[in-house]
Amino acid sequence: MTVIDDGPAPAGLGQPILELLNGFVIELRNAGIPVSLTENLDAMLAVKHIPLEDREAFKYALAATMVKNQSHWKAFETVFEIYFSIRGSEYDLKNQGDNAEGDDQENQDEGDGEGEGEGEGPGSGGGGGRQMTPEELAQMLYNALMTGDQGLMRMVAKVSVRRFAGMEPGRPVGGTYYLYRTLRNLDLDGVMAKLMEQASEQVGGEMTPLEQRLANDEYESRVEQLRKEIEAEIRRRLVADRGVEAMAKTLRKPLPEDVDFMHASREEMVKLRRAIYPLTRKLAVRLQRKRLHGRRGALDFRNTVRHSLSYGGVPAEPKFRRPRPKKPEIMIVADISGSVAAFARFTLHLVYAISGQFSKVRAFVFIDGLDEVTKFFEGTEDIVEAVHRVNTEADVVWVDGHSDYGHAFEVFWERYGKEITPRTTVLILGDARNNYHSSQSWIIKEIRSKARSVFWLNPEPRSYWDTGDSIVGEYGQYCNGTFECRNLRQLEGFVDNLA
Amino acid sequence: MASRFESVPVVREALGKVDYLADEGIAGVVYLADRLGKPVLVEGPAGTGKTQLAKSVADILGARLIRLQCYEGLDEAKALYEWNYKKQLLRIQAERNSKESGQSWDEMSDDIFSNEFLMTRPLLEAIRADDPVVLLIDEVDRVEIETEALLLEILSDYQVSIPELGTITAKQIPLVFLTSNNTRELSEALKRRCLFLHIDYPDIDRERQIVLTKVPDISEHLADQVARIVRTIRNLELKKAPSVSETLDWANTLVLLGVQNITEAEAVDTLHILLKYQTDIAKAAKELTSTPSKFQKTS
Repeated sequence: MTVIDDGPAPAGLGQPILELLNGFVIELRNAGIPVSLTENLDAMLAVKHIPLEDREAFKYALAATMVKNQSHWKAFETVFEIYFSIRGSEYDLKNQGDNAEGDDQENQDEGDGEGEGEGEGPGSGGGGGRQMTPEELAQMLYNALMTGDQGLMRMVAKVSVRRFAGMEPGRPVGGTYYLYRTLRNLDLDGVMAKLMEQASEQVGGEMTPLEQRLANDEYESRVEQLRKEIEAEIRRRLVADRGVEAMAKTLRKPLPEDVDFMHASREEMVKLRRAIYPLTRKLAVRLQRKRLHGRRGALDFRNTVRHSLSYGGVPAEPKFRRPRPKKPEIMIVADISGSVAAFARFTLHLVYAISGQFSKVRAFVFIDGLDEVTKFFEGTEDIVEAVHRVNTEADVVWVDGHSDYGHAFEVFWERYGKEITPRTTVLILGDARNNYHSSQSWIIKEIRSKARSVFWLNPEPRSYWDTGDSIVGEYGQYCNGTFECRNLRQLEGFVDNLA
Repeated sequence: MASRFESVPVVREALGKVDYLADEGIAGVVYLADRLGKPVLVEGPAGTGKTQLAKSVADILGARLIRLQCYEGLDEAKALYEWNYKKQLLRIQAERNSKESGQSWDEMSDDIFSNEFLMTRPLLEAIRADDPVVLLIDEVDRVEIETEALLLEILSDYQVSIPELGTITAKQIPLVFLTSNNTRELSEALKRRCLFLHIDYPDIDRERQIVLTKVPDISEHLADQVARIVRTIRNLELKKAPSVSETLDWANTLVLLGVQNITEAEAVDTLHILLKYQTDIAKAAKELTSTPSKFQKTS
């Protein structure tokens, strides 16, 4: 291939760009995106064909050559924004006085803000002068959201970050703190309400629920856009202040499949929930194929002999029975107390989503009491809804609502113990933090002797096991296996092996 | 190799002319695929125009589209080439019957393993084509991971090795598109050889444009409403979000029904065109007809 030579005389890449790209690739790898050497080279070739001043095209060229998995896109975007952020002296925190009219005023404002501490309101910032008044800013914000005009939004973001975020050079505070400070002062909820009123006036009187809904969604998406602009503005300033590498490190976030269940933020939870659906589909397809093709059955003696006739009695072509692997029966016993609730939710979701691969799935949840929740899942197609009902309707509190594994197991053994058969696989989900109650681990031993296998999934990192009130080791000695299951990747791996 | 496209905007414009509204990313990747001579792996939810992209590109280039539909159990004989053994048998028999044959076995075997007896399948056909072609390998995630290896030689070197004939190299590098619905993870080797393009549901402006382009006689107002309602529905947590083709079906239906302005009743009555699961329909209907909680609070 002679593509490189025949290209329309690409402008040779300057050394600085190459170095930047190198740092960029290293950071991508640090963020967990696997970029191979060939992909790196492809990226270098690709950017030769793209006019460097076209930032969007540049971004897509890098993405197409280096990011081969959609769930990594977000991480890529963050790294990209940091490494190829728009630069200029106006983002420099130290030189804020040198550019843009009225910056003297601004600097003073920031000083004021610090003096008054956290309690400053929108009024105290821009105290008159030639600079925009708070009313004017509010009006501009309103206009920006009303029209959805991108340029206006960027301007609002710029002004409000400079005014409200109170950023100082070298201050070791994360971007979220500044974001919070800026948003707090903008009163977006109030603006939303005003916009909605305006919208209903335009229609002339009552809006139908559908119109309300659509208008609401429209403005919400614009507010989201503004939020992103503000985030970008803050990030640009932070990059200018701290340098690329340091920022990349602080902003590095785990990929969705590596997010820790126990410490996921609300935003990450939403992402996890979105990630789990394609995952279940993938898993179901994979398991189905494995069932159909994977195992070979035992030798079918009769069939082999019959076919040997055509070879003159030599069994040249061995015939096998069709594999008819038994589908396992699953019992899930899940702790849904606060600390591990998210983990239980995801596991229930995942197992029920592929319940076709099991002959029967029964689910039990407990805190210090125990309740069967299988009925919530039966006859409904909406797993999300069912999981929600589990959280709200199951009767799991016995005394005080603190985890008591011992008592929960007692109840389980008493009520359902006789239904465990040699075909049953029992999954126990929880961190085994028993609040120093008695463990009753003999029950696990009994279950083990009746069931096909007993597995314990623990969402805590292995290094925390058996510290404090965690007694997973005591239970674990009777299980067929204890597994650390902190993120989707580990959970997927476990379920894959289970079926 | 002469480049097919001048620049990214040119690609975009050309695609627009054949009614395919590409965004910056799509046009950019198509342009790069041409410049770098690399295949494009297109991924994304069903019904967002992955296959259509390949067709449209073939359309603007005036190239022949060669399509390989993948399925479980696809093998070499169906993807690459096969020897036409019936014809070979006939040839041998004909040889035997015509008495004056002085042909030795070697000559004979050279003869029957020649182009005349080769049945080309899509991949080989794309490689051997003299005219411009676009190769579409559809739903590549459906083949088993072992079969993927079949594609590797073609995708990286644009050549096919046939033991009896030697290696056949492409006269011109065809544009190659692979589509995947992401039902399984493709192998690293395959991904490494391709440019990656994820086509997601379009944003609201592009969707409105698509509706306006593809649905005849639709008013601006209705197209706008359609796009907005679809966006709201996609934001819900559903089993299957409406695809672009479903949006178009819905818009067509509304036009046929003579709807000028969508009201709740009409939206709910026709939801089954957008959504395919009963639970989804119920959920969306509930969401569309109830007042948003935020508004209740503030009014």
